Amino acid sequence: MAEHRDIHINVPVLTRVEGEGALELDIVGGEIERLNLRIFEPPRLFEKFVEGYERNQVIDMVARICGICPVAYQMSAVQAFERLSGFTPDPWVEGMRRVMYCGEWIQSHALHVHLLAAPDFLGFDSVIAMAADYPDAVRRGLQLQTLGNDLIAMFGGRSVHPVGIRLGGFYRAPDRSAVEKMLQRLQAALPEAEALIGWTAGLNFPDDDQSFISVALSDPDEYAIGQGRLISGQGLDIDICYFDSHFKEIQSPHSTALHCELEGRPYLTGPLARLNLNFHQLPPEVRKLMEGCGISFPSHNMFHSIVARAIELYFAISEAIRLLQDYQSPAEPYREVEAVEGNAFGCSEAPRGILWHRYDVDDAGIVRYARIVPPTSQNQGRIEEDIALSLQKFGLDQTDEKLRLRAEQVIRNYDPCISCATHFLKLNVTRG
Amino acid sequence: MATDKPKLAVHKFSSCDGCQLALLNLGEPLLALPGLVDIVHFAEAGPNSPDQPVEISLVEGSVSTPEDIERIQQVRQNSKLLVSIGACATSGGLQALGNFANRQEWMASVYSDPENIELLNSSDPISKHVKVDLQIQGCPVNSTQVIGALRDLLSGVAPRPEVHSVCMECKRKGLICTMVTKGDPCMGPVTLAGCGALCPATGRGCYGCYGPAEQLNDRSISDRFEQLGLDAQAVLRRFRFIANSAAGFKAASEGLRGDTDG
Repeated sequence: MAEHRDIHINVPVLTRVEGEGALELDIVGGEIERLNLRIFEPPRLFEKFVEGYERNQVIDMVARICGICPVAYQMSAVQAFERLSGFTPDPWVEGMRRVMYCGEWIQSHALHVHLLAAPDFLGFDSVIAMAADYPDAVRRGLQLQTLGNDLIAMFGGRSVHPVGIRLGGFYRAPDRSAVEKMLQRLQAALPEAEALIGWTAGLNFPDDDQSFISVALSDPDEYAIGQGRLISGQGLDIDICYFDSHFKEIQSPHSTALHCELEGRPYLTGPLARLNLNFHQLPPEVRKLMEGCGISFPSHNMFHSIVARAIELYFAISEAIRLLQDYQSPAEPYREVEAVEGNAFGCSEAPRGILWHRYDVDDAGIVRYARIVPPTSQNQGRIEEDIALSLQKFGLDQTDEKLRLRAEQVIRNYDPCISCATHFLKLNVTRG
Repeated sequence: MATDKPKLAVHKFSSCDGCQLALLNLGEPLLALPGLVDIVHFAEAGPNSPDQPVEISLVEGSVSTPEDIERIQQVRQNSKLLVSIGACATSGGLQALGNFANRQEWMASVYSDPENIELLNSSDPISKHVKVDLQIQGCPVNSTQVIGALRDLLSGVAPRPEVHSVCMECKRKGLICTMVTKGDPCMGPVTLAGCGALCPATGRGCYGCYGPAEQLNDRSISDRFEQLGLDAQAVLRRFRFIANSAAGFKAASEGLRGDTDG
């Protein structure tokens, strides 16, 4: 029998993730001795930038943390400021913010499923290589991505750093004619999104169930997107303002992203966590699509997260259709929100998980302190735990190349956004 | 996929990834891109050969670590043409707000062990460290700008730089002036065109995310903002925003009376 090799794997740049990261893995005597997910996106110190700025300016500033999910940042921020002022947005505003957020889920999920994750499952380096063999799938992905982007732009002028959201509502309400054209496109996309669920469910998934804690927002009335209480599969059920009493951010020497733990343990946030906790709140026609496809939720196989994204993508389209039907322009797209001194808390479900904000605001409406906890830093502990378990099950005697590919695929299951978290992947495997 | 097509690289420095999306958000036309160029490096999309010599490099993000300086010099060496895209690459970005403050103190307030993280004292535009052949301003840049510039460069034509302010785009679109009619403090008169007058078209004043236009009259617009009821600090915050370290906006903010609060 062969001796255990000592292996050192170093993936110096992790591709098909948003931002920059690396993985260092040392295997000594057939055991993992060290496993570090290094996030080396330079810190941009956003929490300090926003100090001294007006609330509406901060809504535009925090968008710049992430080009993939700017709407999530804007929504968590505006929610925080409005909550602090005791302001309840008009039903029209609530509905249209949910539609705009659906746009971000659609574009981000379509981008991740087709361009970032699918090449792993089908054995390609990139979507560009995949396009030759799977032209229809790639075209469908790009069409859905464009649909999501255009839905965001209907409210915000553009999809990256949109300019429509403000305190109390929107700067401008979309025209009825634009909404009617969008409705037709959304309806035409539903069969494509349905086909996507079947397509993802038919992929080859490694048998890799693991025990982990799911955390998501929960809203009694609907599948939570823009707001809710923080819940876990283990009984946590708190208002978002008590986040700090249960979740702790810690800095590890190998990363510029702060790690976050729930009661001292890593946890999962994102599409699979949401489906694990809130699947029963999806409309019956969406749940019905999952019957007979061989995958059920809750699931503890992280590879099923690509199916979770496809389901949420379908749901987001159907939800946007529901909310845009019978669209009426409001008398005013926003109401003024008075400045109130105090600590503001906001939390929403970004495409890749819960995005928590805290701002301390003075009586003139100027932000004096900010803290932002993005989804990828919350998932980082879970990702490291998952890679270790997954590689052990895969077999540490596999070649370095196979170990690297598997590790990368595990990481991409989380759709990590490193730009957000730094505040991502070289694999360094060392076998010694 | 070895071809005679010109090679393209997309490099990322300190940024939000939003300007790369000018390519990734093209939709179906993205599939036509490999017909135009051979994409050898674009980590977010998959191709990963950062050291291959190329005709054109698109560079997103600002230079903010010692390693960044070495990397951008390598990119320059490997590129016939280097195009910096977006506010971070052309002016240091929003994160250059740290240039006005003590970054080490800021690090200590966010990270418990800031000594584990290497960071320069400033967030710099690409042009501070290497020669740049073309700069495209905007936060974010849009697909029309980037694809237009790529097509020009590949055809051997010098791209025509934008020189007008956002005001000109409002006039072209027939938009009613938001500053005159609603009293919105609009940065349009001093901000470079290219966005299509996005904010005025969305019912609000421009907030300057495309950076300074040529020949900006900052003194005059600052006075106007004060007449509209903004105090000196609020005027300062209009310039010290997304493109805070672009030359025109930086000079304007440093000349304002409100420059006292850190």
